[in-house]
Amino acid sequence: MTSPLEQKIRITGPSMVTANRTIDGVVVYRNGAHGWSTDLAEAAIVRNAEQARALLIEAVADDINAVGPYIAPVEISDDGKIAPGNLREHIRLNGLTIDLLPVSA
Amino acid sequence: MYAYDELDRTLINERVEEFRDQVKRRLSGELTEDEFKMLRLQNGVYLQLHAYMFRVAIPYGTLSSQQLRRLAHVARKYDRGYGHFTTRQNIQFNWIKLAELPDALGDLAEVGIHAMQTSGNNTRNVTSDQWAGVAPGEVEDPRIWSELLRQYTTLHPEFSFLPRKFKFAITASAHDRAAIKIHDIGLRLHRNAQGEIGFEVLVGGGLGRTPFIGKTIKPFVHGRDLLSYVEAILRVYNQYGRRDNIYKARIKILVHELGIEKFAAEVDEEWRAMGDSALAVDDAVIEDIRSRFTYPAYEKLPHMPEELKKAAHDPMFERWRRNSVFTHKVQGYAIVTLSLKPVGGPPGDATADQMDALADLADKYSFGEIRVGHEQNLALPHVAKRDLPVLWKGLDKLGLATPNVNLVSDIIACPGLDYCSLANARSIPIAQELTHRFANHDTAELIGRLHINISGCINACGHHHVGHIGILGVEKNGEEFYQITIGGRADENAELGVLIGPAVAYGEVADVVEDIVEAYLALRERPDELFVDAVKRLGVEPFRERVYATR
Amino acid sequence: MPLVKNGKIAADIFVHVPDDAELPQGGAVLVSAARFLEDPKALLARMGELGVIWPNNRDLDDLVPYLDRLAAVALVFPSFRDGRAYSQARLLRERHGYTGELRATGQVLRDQFLFMLRAGFDALEVKKESDAEAFALTAKRYSVFYQPTGDGRITALNRRMQQRHSESAR
Repeated sequence: MTSPLEQKIRITGPSMVTANRTIDGVVVYRNGAHGWSTDLAEAAIVRNAEQARALLIEAVADDINAVGPYIAPVEISDDGKIAPGNLREHIRLNGLTIDLLPVSA
Repeated sequence: MYAYDELDRTLINERVEEFRDQVKRRLSGELTEDEFKMLRLQNGVYLQLHAYMFRVAIPYGTLSSQQLRRLAHVARKYDRGYGHFTTRQNIQFNWIKLAELPDALGDLAEVGIHAMQTSGNNTRNVTSDQWAGVAPGEVEDPRIWSELLRQYTTLHPEFSFLPRKFKFAITASAHDRAAIKIHDIGLRLHRNAQGEIGFEVLVGGGLGRTPFIGKTIKPFVHGRDLLSYVEAILRVYNQYGRRDNIYKARIKILVHELGIEKFAAEVDEEWRAMGDSALAVDDAVIEDIRSRFTYPAYEKLPHMPEELKKAAHDPMFERWRRNSVFTHKVQGYAIVTLSLKPVGGPPGDATADQMDALADLADKYSFGEIRVGHEQNLALPHVAKRDLPVLWKGLDKLGLATPNVNLVSDIIACPGLDYCSLANARSIPIAQELTHRFANHDTAELIGRLHINISGCINACGHHHVGHIGILGVEKNGEEFYQITIGGRADENAELGVLIGPAVAYGEVADVVEDIVEAYLALRERPDELFVDAVKRLGVEPFRERVYATR
Repeated sequence: MPLVKNGKIAADIFVHVPDDAELPQGGAVLVSAARFLEDPKALLARMGELGVIWPNNRDLDDLVPYLDRLAAVALVFPSFRDGRAYSQARLLRERHGYTGELRATGQVLRDQFLFMLRAGFDALEVKKESDAEAFALTAKRYSVFYQPTGDGRITALNRRMQQRHSESAR
């Protein structure tokens, strides 16, 4: 099983590192303070492969707190707001795109 | 129903304690994720997009009402109030916390439910026919042999670290409802000319990136030799299956690369070398397992009870009865399929409330037993026909009586990109839109039996390769696209579907499916020529033309 | 790397000798399969116990003729996920009747101990000190076993059969 660090890192625009919290699986983003945040606004932004690799190495080493880290694209608006850069990250941030059955009868 | 004895229960409890210790060591940092991952997979714990996913085993798709209530409890206490039934007769919970998993497993263990080997490179749930034990014409209850295999494969010290996952399925009926031909080992239970019980053994079936229909390795293995023969197959696979490339690691690749004759020869050589095996299944062994299966004390009931005659005047009841009620081997009884595919609903899901209420209905009308089918529907296997009208009212209130079983809106779909980290595209919204397009039951009945299967990625958990219409989600330039195949089937005439043309965009899939159905209705020889037979007769071309004429 | 032998942390009498190194005078040694097969006679004639490290991607056929003269056979788990050595172990014990030390090497972690014992290993080169210390506890994790292997642990089936016989005998 290849670790994320063994794969070639390709950055096509501003990106971040995201993972899931070990204890409960909640989606988290690697922030600039060597930790994890559930708020995408606090995600550390990387702009080239070197920066991405450094951030990923830090994330992988922190597997006591979060698992399965990987690099994902973001979109940054003119006023600096960070948004998910693809459908997958959109779903991870905003949840299911479907209606579920009503849970209470 | 199989009753676990003290030994079975002890093993399950020991497993829970082992996992509790492993989780503790993971959360303390003593185990890295790399070391822990395989251990959690061996207990059915995946990491998905939003959360961990917990896959619980329902051996050969059989549940007691007590067990179903406990699944509802887990959904409520540890999850978001619902569960998803899978194409391998298991159930999945999508929001569970790792820290709470040992407790959830402990709660399940109290009623004999476990999650052993529902993931990982080991031997998975031995699935069977959801009508096992009650289908007319069945040779013998295949679940007895499924249970034998379940025990044999659980925590097997030699085969817990295989090159890749390994799946078994068993059928004992001429019509294969267990899809044995798309399993790593498929077993067809039947009698030889001397009337002895044995199995046609198929190997190397499987879907995913490189789909294959299973090949017969031996036309008849005597029941007595089942376990030793299976051990020979597993040992050859364990030693020679590829471990350098996960896409080439299933046994189907080994069988394909060696050829079935050479593979069979390797297995035979190993099997002969095993000699008189401690694994011989003699009558005492089978009797022991059979003795723990209980069957209902059926009453002597008439073929056409009064209650049914009266209810025949209700067209809604009749529609449901014609669609969802099937012949039972005992006169006066019926097998009832419960559709988990309501219009607009996510296919295969059930809420905790539905599960609890269904458990009550099962107690009243099905001797406390429920079945799970690989089509992601449920079944009540022992319903007295006189109870059908009152049962229907109860099911209808719960939203479990949509009369679309086996019809176009009875869609099989994987969770897809809404849940799954492997997915390229979403599958559930496609299914939901299709149920809206085909919500009219008269239209659905006119179309007849039509299986649509949707997978959100090439791993094919939705079994799209063997759908009458198969839909595969792919990604093109960051957009969701879907490849459409037609003509697949999963039964005894198993076949892989054929691509009809280039992938279509998310917003067009429902239109394309409607075009395909329209083409079928225009071209079928007779109203009762099934879609899949029309495709066989006509080939893909007429459908391709219809779909791509204006695209 | 601690060695667990026969259920306890033990001093390792065997020395792993790399292919390009000279063998010590006397004493127990473990050599690679390649080195062994180059000149098995000479190695077997040497004073001191001989063990062979057999790769997990090689059939046992070439090793089998020498089993009764080897003090140890070491099998390899290059990753704990690679389960080929379990088959090799069972074949050595159950088919070929090997009775010498059967050692697990490579990535040997606590959660595989019981599988290894049941497959026939009696010596484990354990990766982590803490795992070795937890051996006794780990080996007792399970009391119920479904499958017969060569380790002699009674299976669930046997226990059920015994129960039936004692019940019917009453």
